[in-house]
Amino acid sequence: MSSGAATYDLGNLHGGLRLDDEKAASTAIAVQVLPIPQQLILPIQQHVGEPAHPIVGIGEHVLKGQLIAQADGSLSAPVHASSSGKVLAIEPWPVSRRRGDSAPCIVIECDGEDQSIVPVDAPAPFNTLTPDALRQQILAGGIVGLGGAVFPTGQKLMQAATMPLEYLILNGVECEPYISCDDLLMREQAAEVLGGAQILMHALNVTSCFVVIESDKPEAIAAIGEAMATLDDARITLKQIPTIYPSGGEDQLVQLVTNREVPSGGLPTDVGCVVQNVGTAAAIYRWICEGEPLISRITTVSGPGVATPMNVVARIGTTVGDIIASAGGYTDQAEQLIIGGPMCGKSVTTDDVPLVKATNCILVLNQTRPIGAEQPCIRCGECATVCPIQLLPQQLFWHASADNENKLRAHGLTDCIECGCCDLVCPSHIPLTASFRNAKARIQELADEKARAERARIRFESRNERIENEKRQREAELAEQKQSALSAGPAAITDILERQKRKHDDQDGDE
Amino acid sequence: MEFERREAPFLAPTTDVAAIMRHVLYALVPAGIAYVWYFGAGFVFNLIVAGVFCILGEAVMLRLRGRPVEVTLIDFSALVTAALLAFAMPALTPWWVTATAALFGIVVAKHLYGGLGYNLFNPAMVGYVVVLIAFPLHMNLWIAPRMGDLDYQILTIAETAVFTLTGSFPDSLSFDAISRATPLDIVKSGLNNMRTFDELRVYPMMGDFGGRGWEWIGNFTAMGGAWLLLRKIIRWQIPFGVLTGLLIPSTIMYFLVPSISPSPGFHLFSGGTILCAFFIATDPVSAATSDKGRLIYGIGIGLLIFAIREWGSYADGVAFAVLLMNMAVPTIDYLTKPHIVGHPTKKRKSGQ
Repeated sequence: MSSGAATYDLGNLHGGLRLDDEKAASTAIAVQVLPIPQQLILPIQQHVGEPAHPIVGIGEHVLKGQLIAQADGSLSAPVHASSSGKVLAIEPWPVSRRRGDSAPCIVIECDGEDQSIVPVDAPAPFNTLTPDALRQQILAGGIVGLGGAVFPTGQKLMQAATMPLEYLILNGVECEPYISCDDLLMREQAAEVLGGAQILMHALNVTSCFVVIESDKPEAIAAIGEAMATLDDARITLKQIPTIYPSGGEDQLVQLVTNREVPSGGLPTDVGCVVQNVGTAAAIYRWICEGEPLISRITTVSGPGVATPMNVVARIGTTVGDIIASAGGYTDQAEQLIIGGPMCGKSVTTDDVPLVKATNCILVLNQTRPIGAEQPCIRCGECATVCPIQLLPQQLFWHASADNENKLRAHGLTDCIECGCCDLVCPSHIPLTASFRNAKARIQELADEKARAERARIRFESRNERIENEKRQREAELAEQKQSALSAGPAAITDILERQKRKHDDQDGDE
Repeated sequence: MEFERREAPFLAPTTDVAAIMRHVLYALVPAGIAYVWYFGAGFVFNLIVAGVFCILGEAVMLRLRGRPVEVTLIDFSALVTAALLAFAMPALTPWWVTATAALFGIVVAKHLYGGLGYNLFNPAMVGYVVVLIAFPLHMNLWIAPRMGDLDYQILTIAETAVFTLTGSFPDSLSFDAISRATPLDIVKSGLNNMRTFDELRVYPMMGDFGGRGWEWIGNFTAMGGAWLLLRKIIRWQIPFGVLTGLLIPSTIMYFLVPSISPSPGFHLFSGGTILCAFFIATDPVSAATSDKGRLIYGIGIGLLIFAIREWGSYADGVAFAVLLMNMAVPTIDYLTKPHIVGHPTKKRKSGQ
């Protein structure tokens, strides 16, 4: 570990929790590569933004790595076939997503041959590309943020390139309990992570990169340190941070590493930083240097409801049920299925949902939080003590119950990162995070409604203006006619009067 | 396989209200034992009376308000109120005085304001102040603490029980024979009569710092408080605020005019200072919520205790100080909203 000296010069992060990490079970064995499933379910939207547009027909044979849905709109990412086979259907399928239970998916029946699409030509070394071309190329690989936010990486880089940048921060902080896919990735594929870092630095024109890892991951730290020694790139440094949830949040990490606060409603680029997950960096490396788009990922399968907790490499589109079956199946303690971690994940009702680019963990829990055992808030303030944003969750909850939008905004509802810390320490068992999620959705709805009303108002006003204009135009024409008639002399006037009279008589005759 | 849908986070909460209240009750046990040792079984009777009436009042009010009685009763918050009242009451108190305090605290100060979590004022202190004003005679009746070298008459359990039930002594006992002025009363009236503090502190009742018996009850109370701090049931801001708010002005006065100023140690160990700092002022419902707010709230209570003891007509000022600061809580909360991460700071705002 020559250049990988551990450093602890950290900014302040308010609050947070020290949670039991529960990672021992899933890190006991190496990452297992899963076989190709019989069926792949590929949602056309696995990213933030607009869904991709399918470009394959039903019945069409596709190859592994073939583009099957292309990016559509200013914020979107393409989807590639994870294996070779026949397109069975393009239809709604149950998925894990923020709103709604199903989404359009391309269903592929695999032929088991896993035949790769032949690359047109071998990928050019990345440093022969201009940064801009490199960013475009990253977008084409269907790369999205693998830490869970799934923002299309190409567009994130394009936005970042417009800002003055100082640091690239590679996020190897996996602070949520149970999840260990990034830890295992760093242990087993450290060189690819650092290779991705070099590509990203080139794409962003930055000369300084921190790889940040929690101090309770000695194996990952050692592996990255060794790879750094091999690579001998002085621009990359390793930083250790203490293990506190939620230090792996993008803004929280920036705050910890650089002691800069990301402004409310802003991005890390506002303070000169770009944060990328280590998994994203490795995916970029595989795409840019080896030509493989994002068609598989490491995911953690864990929890007391899983027979053999482990990390697996699975093709995007493999169903969660298939993955759990590969991990020994369910135990009799399986009560809740969660996509993501136990703090920020989302529970799903069926294991038919596919593994998507965002799926960093498949968790099967036994414990169930008591529902409805809620007591009144006793104002103990523990929620405020643990809030990493220094919000006052008890006040927010009060205003959320009263649906007081102005107060909610003033108390920073939109700054809430929904980390769930306040829920865990609340002695009254108030579902704070859920109430904030709902309040945010309501505020969003109101804003949408307002925007609709605003559009309607503009339409109405422009219609009025148009009518007014037409009226004015008619009047002007009339005045002009009158003027020209006057200037033409009395003969013309008589003429007009005659014409009008005739017209009048005609109308009378019609009746 | 089919599963139930839930909302994140999925981990179980780390604590509950009943556990917090239970911890507070456990933390009071050493102080309770010390209290009984120095002032006799009266404390136990007060605790029973206060407990019965607090729970009764809580149950009746919950029923009247149409709330689930069993669920709320087991949160132990009524028992904490009862315990604090029992500590505030003189060791010899007729049952109806304690019952009045308990019912007023629970019914008026707690439930008429909306129940647990909504009361502006500390229920125990409201109850205490009501009987302090309504029953001044009984509330100023303190017996002498158990001391080896002082003539004091210890009451039997039966005699204590009779007094608690009837409010009068058996014929063999006279009130004067057993009652003593508290150290705070001695200092208050002594200083009012132009005696110096140095003259007063040699009284055998005065002990080393804040009065025989009182000092040791204070120590045991602080022990329980320290345990609550360690368990993170309470945070340091309020106790620290109360103690500094009281000790800084009293230290200044003690050095400026030592003849008429009680020592800081006396302020610390006499009356309800320590109980207030760790158990009364720390009631989360009626205290400020932010860290900074709690510090201000605590300091305010400390300053008010000092002011009332120094210039007021009551010997101790804990209950009034707490209630006055309860009133200030909404304003303190409003003025001490913490800086939200990522929002412009005041400095940055004015710089723009």
